[in-house]
Amino acid sequence: MTDDASAPASARLDPVPGEWRRVSPKYVVVDLVGNLIGGVVATVALGLPWFFSQVPFLLILPVVVAVVALVTLVLTPRRVRAIGYRLRDDDLLFRRGIMFQRFVAVPYGRMQLVDITRGPLARAVGLAELKLVTAAAASNVTIPGLPIADAEALRDHLVELAESRRAGL
Amino acid sequence: MTELPPPPGPPSPGPAPDTPPGPPSPAELTDGGWHRLHPATPLLRGGLALIAVLGIVVANLRERLAEMVFGGSGAPGDPIDELVRHGLVPLALLVLAVTLILFIGGFYLSWRMHTFRITDELVEVRSGILFRTHRKARLDRIQGINIVRPFFARLFGAARLEITGAGADSNVQLAYLSGVRADELRRDILTLAAGARPPVSQPPGADATGAAGAGAASPGLIEQRVNELIAPELDPSLAAPESVVRMNPGRLIASTVLSTGTIMFVLVVIAGFVTAAISSEFYVIFGAVPFLFGLGSFLVNRIVKSLRYTIAATPDGVRVGYGLLTTSNETLPPGRIHSISISQSLLWRPFDWWEVKVNRAGKSSAQGAAGQQNTTILPVGTRAEVFKVLELVLPGLVTDQTRAVVEAGLAKARPDDGFTTSPRRAAVLRWFSWRRNGFALRPDAVVLRRGAIWRELVVVPAARMQSVSVTQGPLYRALRLAGVHVHTVAGPISAQLGALDSGDASGFFRDLASTAVAAAAADRTHRWRSGGSPGDTRGASGPAAGGAPA
Repeated sequence: MTDDASAPASARLDPVPGEWRRVSPKYVVVDLVGNLIGGVVATVALGLPWFFSQVPFLLILPVVVAVVALVTLVLTPRRVRAIGYRLRDDDLLFRRGIMFQRFVAVPYGRMQLVDITRGPLARAVGLAELKLVTAAAASNVTIPGLPIADAEALRDHLVELAESRRAGL
Repeated sequence: MTELPPPPGPPSPGPAPDTPPGPPSPAELTDGGWHRLHPATPLLRGGLALIAVLGIVVANLRERLAEMVFGGSGAPGDPIDELVRHGLVPLALLVLAVTLILFIGGFYLSWRMHTFRITDELVEVRSGILFRTHRKARLDRIQGINIVRPFFARLFGAARLEITGAGADSNVQLAYLSGVRADELRRDILTLAAGARPPVSQPPGADATGAAGAGAASPGLIEQRVNELIAPELDPSLAAPESVVRMNPGRLIASTVLSTGTIMFVLVVIAGFVTAAISSEFYVIFGAVPFLFGLGSFLVNRIVKSLRYTIAATPDGVRVGYGLLTTSNETLPPGRIHSISISQSLLWRPFDWWEVKVNRAGKSSAQGAAGQQNTTILPVGTRAEVFKVLELVLPGLVTDQTRAVVEAGLAKARPDDGFTTSPRRAAVLRWFSWRRNGFALRPDAVVLRRGAIWRELVVVPAARMQSVSVTQGPLYRALRLAGVHVHTVAGPISAQLGALDSGDASGFFRDLASTAVAAAAADRTHRWRSGGSPGDTRGASGPAAGGAPA
């Protein structure tokens, strides 16, 4: 994170100022557990060569991975807080990321498909993930951490909006 | 060939008539009844493999025959010797005959069971003997219609018609049709797809060609085939002659030789010679031989494929043709082109040559030379020709202002040419191109300009934008920069622009988002000839539904 003092307020992207709807704070737990499992598995897997060969410099790999995983874990709450979406009159805005910020605007008429997926972890805390599909693979909008009732209401609402504004490809 | 009259009364959607019809006239093909493909279809589709197998068998038997005549001794364990020794020759012949009959019967049955029909809304194909498939495609979702004439099929006067839809495996193939009729069938399908009713009266050419086809069958069949082989790719009566870009063979060859791939190869060869000279290990040079073969085939492919390149406007979109021996030409209805890139490598600049590529939702299975032809809409052309092509692929979009923007985009960057460019601090990341790297937004199109050495201009029609994103990573943040990506359907062009001032990028993102919505609401291209479209209710629905769910 660069300090905000050196650069003017515009250093951080905020193309559409205003209130964002945030995802459920419970998603922090889901993301934490997921990242934890991923980090442990990766560390152990990369630690195997060192474990069997005992060559010291092979230790670098698992250590680096462990540090990266740890940093990811520590930043998880902030990253989850940075995820947001907003329903405007004609399009849906989505943002995520702190280090790598990304803002996407998807016009309702361009949605081809709205998908709800629920992983085992998310299901345990009653969350679901909403995915928007357009004709462009690069759109890639996935809103995680929505309470199931919200996700379903949002899906129905989006489908309705898409229907009323449908355009060709 | 007997020409049967069409069944009277309304077209029955039932099974195809039992008598094999002769080649029906194109007006009949779109009458809503079921029709069959060209009788030579089995031979053209699978028969070539059979002929190849036969060829191998004959080639091997030739050796056998020679041995029999000259009394050479076959190797022990030779299957034919074994057969002769055990007196199994009749049995072997029987098996062979049964296999052949099965093959031919299967081919015939599959031809009989393969039928198609075209109605006002749909094109349907039924095929398969044991596993029946029935495919329906909506006409207003057509992304393009391609007519491919493989060399072998051209000898039979047959052509493959392929209707491209959006997405993977959504194409409908009619392989094979009678070549003359494929063109007219395509025109009729496009007329139906456009939302206009087809003319009730027969098109003037249809009767004449039908009669000519029937009459020419006896004396001038070969002559007719020869005429078809050497005929110009585009029917002059169907395309406006003044809009055709002529491909100049000299320019084609020169531009291919001056392409980046060739230059790389020459550099590699020079490096090889230098290495060989320094180390006096001359076998290094032989490492270039495989490259040479690869390059040669690439060059020849590209040149042969593009030699008879044509592009022309038809009432139903732009029509692009390719190929010398195997020809393909495709009609892209209006509004089916999702982005356009006009690019130029360094060596083409002295000649002012440009290449034009497009992104489209449909993928034709007919791969061109090096897999590039279906997205390359102009292999090489001068600036004037680029504008001709742009007018064809973006009709109504190349207004004077947009044209001025595009013109400025192709030229060297000037401060007041309508483009918002990267700030000076972006020179760290865009060493040479920071002055050029920029965008211009028109109500009907987004124009992105990139690259100083390899100049490129990307035009995305505003009505085709799928979504927009703006991104910023740590490096960009430190420099107060951001990148913008206009998402379109997948293709060779990626409409993204990096290293913009973050304030400019944010404004661009906001404008793009609203432009995309407005342009999509105003778009009427999916039924391009009908005045009002079913989407008209869109404006009335208004923004009342902006409320959010709980």
